[in-house]
Amino acid sequence: MEGSKRRARYVLKRLIQAVPIVLAIVVLNFFLLQLAEGDAVDVLAGEAGSATPEYMAELREKFGLDKPLIVQLGVYLKNVVTLDLGYSFRHDMPVSQLVFDRFIPTLLLMTSTIFLAVGLGIVLGLVAASGLNTWRDTAISIFALITYATPLFWVGLMLIVVFSLNLGWFPTSGMEDFAMFYEGWDRVVDIAHHLVLPTITLSLFYLALYTRLMRASMLEQAGQDYVTTARAKGLTERRIVFVHVLRNALLPVVTMAGVQVGALIGGSVIVESVFAWPGLGMLAFEALFARDLNLLLGIFLLSAVLVVAVNLVVDIIYSTLDPRIEMA
Amino acid sequence: MAFWRLFARNRSAVMGMIILILIFLMAISAPLFFPADPFSLAGQSMSPPGENGFLLGSDSLGRDVAAGIAHGAKTSLLIGLLATLVAVFIGVIMGALAGYYGGIVDNLLMRTTEMFQTIPSFLFAILLVAIMKPSIESIVIAIAVVSWPAVARLVRGEFLSLRNREFVLACHTLGMGDVRIMLGEILPNCLSPIIVIGSLMVATAILIESGLAFLGLGDPNIMSWGFQIGAGRTLLRSAWWVCTFPGIAILLTVLAINLVGEGLNDALNPRLRDRS
Repeated sequence: MEGSKRRARYVLKRLIQAVPIVLAIVVLNFFLLQLAEGDAVDVLAGEAGSATPEYMAELREKFGLDKPLIVQLGVYLKNVVTLDLGYSFRHDMPVSQLVFDRFIPTLLLMTSTIFLAVGLGIVLGLVAASGLNTWRDTAISIFALITYATPLFWVGLMLIVVFSLNLGWFPTSGMEDFAMFYEGWDRVVDIAHHLVLPTITLSLFYLALYTRLMRASMLEQAGQDYVTTARAKGLTERRIVFVHVLRNALLPVVTMAGVQVGALIGGSVIVESVFAWPGLGMLAFEALFARDLNLLLGIFLLSAVLVVAVNLVVDIIYSTLDPRIEMA
Repeated sequence: MAFWRLFARNRSAVMGMIILILIFLMAISAPLFFPADPFSLAGQSMSPPGENGFLLGSDSLGRDVAAGIAHGAKTSLLIGLLATLVAVFIGVIMGALAGYYGGIVDNLLMRTTEMFQTIPSFLFAILLVAIMKPSIESIVIAIAVVSWPAVARLVRGEFLSLRNREFVLACHTLGMGDVRIMLGEILPNCLSPIIVIGSLMVATAILIESGLAFLGLGDPNIMSWGFQIGAGRTLLRSAWWVCTFPGIAILLTVLAINLVGEGLNDALNPRLRDRS
């Protein structure tokens, strides 16, 4: 009873802490928009081809762009709260609509990446730590070192050269083969087939990160007193590693998985534009080319809020897994 | 000298240093070996490596890939170093103020740092460069803006643990000013971790720069590796070499800097030295 009350208070406290960060991000977004050359009216006038200064002034009045900055900020805040992120003139659609449409493919790519990177990273770290300074450890360390230094977009292009163009195993781009009109299970298989190369590309960097983290974490745990105790009890090394050390070594890796979500979004911009994966990153790339700043800012805002939300969830899960976490 | 002995004990760090020196030499000798503008047409387009006088081939416009790599080395190293210097400068100021004064100052600065760490950094860098228009300055600023929080956190931690030591208290008794204590007394004591994090940051900065240039956000007047790869991606099927070699250049540079950074860490932080 007492415990659940404290947990509820902790969750509430973390929620309240997240509010100013989100607010600050929205304000930052607003000022970035101000910093950019030209406003929505300039864009509109540009799209229309020509517009008289009087007409533009009239439009500015209509959109409230002649009001003091602080009033405009208030209006912007109100719009964001009601999920109105502005209008993309290039796509002729509300930004929020566009962003939500493209959200699912990115979520798919990120989820598969996290599973591959964390899962394989844990395995590789475990193998490296249990064979310390053997050839396996060295090989895994060198692999981690190299993938950590490789630009993602280049890996993606090289994978396309080898596995798509030369071997023909995987498609070069896109999320599904529309020309085939797959339905049901066939469509799932088709999407999974398209997902393989982007997922491998995006996970490589994080794979290196988690491998190193897992290895260090395993080594740190191996020196703890409870391991000596377990050994003194006469447990086998295998049992010590898999039952005792592994569980404790996993915690820091799980936390890192949450922290890295922000970086993952940045990586997905690159990977999605390499593989033409129709998600938020690809949308950002298109927005960049079309100089569609409104859209770019909308994507930025959504992903920043996503990071805050994921961190919140990870914190809460973590506090449930490890009761030692300070909840005061 | 003890430092060099320690550094030389780490073989991979020495290897990284050698690679880095070679890349540096390539950067400064680029105008000598490739006097022409790397954007200019140098001959037959789409030549495979080794043909028509192109060591590493040419792209669809007949630009020399090797010349681009040599000239791009300067861009990468320059932007990496400049962005890191700016980031370390901002980070040291923020971290020193937060750690030294504590209380409200610390709270305010750390909340700011937290916000900057929450924002997806690469996306933020893209936005900044897109808004400021691509140029060396805007790229350096954008990379610095997304990189300083890590330095600030580190410096804050160091200042926090040092500010109540006897030597700092003695400085207070002697009547030294805050600025003098911060810069003259505490800062020199936390230089080693700053150097280590700075050296690793150069590598990250080079990766961010190449990513920006790949997306078309490089300075349009300056050759860079990311730009070469971005320009060559449409030729993957017919001319693999245009993308491949600049990528190897990025990989080697970043790898070398990471190795040197780890070597510095081992040599400068004796506490960690003998840990596996």
